[in-house]
Amino acid sequence: MRGATHAKWAACAAAVALAATACGGGSDSGGGGDAGIVSSSWGDPQNPLEPANTNEVQGGKVLDMLFRGLKRYDPKTGEAVNMLADKIDTTDSQHFTITLKDGWKFSNDEPVTAQSFVDAWNYAADVRNKQNNAPFFADIVGYADLHPASGEPKAKTMSGLVVKDPKTFTVALKAKFSTWPETLGYQAFSPLPKSFFTDHAGWLNKPVGNGPYTVDSYTKGTGMKLRKWDGYPGPDKAQNGGVDLKVYTDNNTAYTDLISGNLDLVDDVPAQQLKNVKNDLGDRYINQPALIIQTLTFPLYDANWGKAGMEKVRQGISRAINRDEITRQIFRETRTPAKDWTSPALGDKGGFKDVCGDLCTYDPAAAKKMIQDAGGVPGGKITLTSNVDTGSHREWMDAVCNSINNALGEGPVCTVNPVGTFADFRNQQSAYKLTGPFRSGWQADYPLIQNFLEPLYYTGASSNYGKFSNPEFDKLIDEANQESDSAKAIGKFQDAEKILAEQMPSIPLWYQNGSAGHSERISDVTLNQFSVPVYNEIKVS
Amino acid sequence: MGRYVIRRLLQMIPVFIGSTFLIFFMVYALGDPVAALFGDKAPDPATAARIRKDLYLDQPLWKQYVHYMGQIFQGDFGTAFNGQSVTDLMATAFPVTLRLTIVAVVIEVVVGITLGVVSGLRRGKSVDTSLLVLTLIVISVPTFVTGYLLQYLFGVKWGWVRPTVSPDAPFNELILPGIVLALVSLAYVTRLSRTSIAENVKADYVRTAVAKGLPRRRVVTRHLLRNSLIPVVTFIGTDIGALMGGAIVTERIFNIHGVGYQLYQGILRNNSPTVVGFVTILVIVFLLANLLVDLLYAVLDPRIRYA
Repeated sequence: MRGATHAKWAACAAAVALAATACGGGSDSGGGGDAGIVSSSWGDPQNPLEPANTNEVQGGKVLDMLFRGLKRYDPKTGEAVNMLADKIDTTDSQHFTITLKDGWKFSNDEPVTAQSFVDAWNYAADVRNKQNNAPFFADIVGYADLHPASGEPKAKTMSGLVVKDPKTFTVALKAKFSTWPETLGYQAFSPLPKSFFTDHAGWLNKPVGNGPYTVDSYTKGTGMKLRKWDGYPGPDKAQNGGVDLKVYTDNNTAYTDLISGNLDLVDDVPAQQLKNVKNDLGDRYINQPALIIQTLTFPLYDANWGKAGMEKVRQGISRAINRDEITRQIFRETRTPAKDWTSPALGDKGGFKDVCGDLCTYDPAAAKKMIQDAGGVPGGKITLTSNVDTGSHREWMDAVCNSINNALGEGPVCTVNPVGTFADFRNQQSAYKLTGPFRSGWQADYPLIQNFLEPLYYTGASSNYGKFSNPEFDKLIDEANQESDSAKAIGKFQDAEKILAEQMPSIPLWYQNGSAGHSERISDVTLNQFSVPVYNEIKVS
Repeated sequence: MGRYVIRRLLQMIPVFIGSTFLIFFMVYALGDPVAALFGDKAPDPATAARIRKDLYLDQPLWKQYVHYMGQIFQGDFGTAFNGQSVTDLMATAFPVTLRLTIVAVVIEVVVGITLGVVSGLRRGKSVDTSLLVLTLIVISVPTFVTGYLLQYLFGVKWGWVRPTVSPDAPFNELILPGIVLALVSLAYVTRLSRTSIAENVKADYVRTAVAKGLPRRRVVTRHLLRNSLIPVVTFIGTDIGALMGGAIVTERIFNIHGVGYQLYQGILRNNSPTVVGFVTILVIVFLLANLLVDLLYAVLDPRIRYA
């Protein structure tokens, strides 16, 4: 029985092959639609869910449910209102005394004290903890000891943070920064309970915070079940029984689940579905401005683009882009043509103003004249660069190029350089290797005009990828930061923005909206300025 | 026979080392992953340097590789950027994809071979021609089209099944994705077995078997089919590896958190430990599947012997 022996060996090898992979999966099933529970689409957060290590929307969603900080941005107006802070006092815009409200605690019944904040902030700034958002603490005295540019840190705490009593602590900043308290609504400034430090791995598996929800279960890469915390002491209690976040492999898949009734909320309507969305969802489709702007940044470090007189060419290119048509045809109005370098989500009071004017208005004849009068584009060529793995970047770059080429009428002057992954693009960008205009997206961390200008255009600023430098602009920003009257400060920021219009270091393209769709089961769905759904206000029928 | 298997298993070692090095090298060539971790913001240099040091990215490539291989032999495949160990990711992803692959292979084998036999025995008849046309259509339609189409029809329009698969991914939910995944290969299996059957049906041993007066059923299953399966088995064997790693499109459409999805995420985020770890396992699967195929030859055709 030769064959039988063969079969036995084959079975043996099969067993080896299976042993390597065979083992059961198995956790709880993920069917949507439990009573009072909202099911919502989610993406796997990029980094561990530490407040100071989360800088993207997916992790931000969870933190918004789990944490409340000193201030919170009103989801409608964007105004920073006191949450845990009773008052934040200062006489010189540099030294602040923060007093906490009574009665706040974490969901494990530990009270939220001044120490909870100071420990969390020291942890965030400590370079040994590798927190992405560490630079947010750079304004505090003693940051450099904890976060040196190289080498081991000299200290374990920042000397600028001092706990006075369980309800009070003081903060010393390196320089005057009048709007600093307004930045405290950002999630990186959240307090942390003791268990975060004593049992870090355990905390990451089941985070504990002081927000309106608690984590019921968390399966990494699959989903998270959050439940209403009945003992939540804050004013913005959850209006639903809980939220089930489900990780989707693709936003198209999530959308399919929404229209087939297996999911309540999708906060990212895929571009391919935008033409159907009105039919599919009607008034259950939300499309509103967020704090995101897309620009084309010029490599001013490259002499071809940076030399004096080139600002006319840069302005001319801006006038050659038909923003209205592109936002309508490609983005189906989920983008709004840009008129300045901030975002309409700031509101007029927050500093949003049509600063760009004619320079952001499509006028091919004027564009052609401006570019030709200034000597034409460098080398007769423009190459636009962006990553093309998300966000229809390929499509709009083609459209922008067509628009420029049509305006100039000199054949294919503008071409597109697509980069496969965001990481690769980011590396080329931060190595200052690009020699043509490149995409820059900016999502503000807090609804302040300062955040749209200083990190991007101040000399040597962290995200100033085009190496724009203008002494007048820097001076206005410094003055604005020292100005204690917020209306006057915003005026100064707007003056600084006018310099951007004159110099055009980057072309404002459009403001990105947040979009979402929801099922008939739920109501009162809104997005905040960060295009994150305001989960605690959602009602389930 | 036993010796043969051992020799083959030993041969896998250099293949394994060589392929992991190539993969490692290619992922490394994609560039520095740390910059992308910071989103729109510029990376803070001190923090980025720390992360690089912890991930061993500040070392030259060959040192990174030696370090990585050393870890692998201790059963540690490294850590993905979100803090999960790659072994954890594998433990959740591979069983799901394995189930999907089993569903797909079963469909391929049962339907594909049946259709192949039917059309092979009726060569030139209308059944044969229409099956050929049908397989041609299936081969030329890309997976994402059939995927979205079937998902829309069965999941959304008629509501017979859930359009997406739950995290547990039990067998019954994997039937539709399995069909989508199997369709293209199924067409190949049909064509291969049809040709093979059509050739062998004229062979001497078939004529002898018929002349002996054996029932037609027995002639077809025992004599004809068994001898005709060798090319089909070869195809299915290599296809198992392709299905396990290449289900990216299907897994995304049906929200299956399997190997393809993890690989896709790993590549998008330049996450080398995930990509290298998963591909390494896939290499092993490929090697073992090939070994199985070779051993099955001997089972199917007694003339083939391994010493």
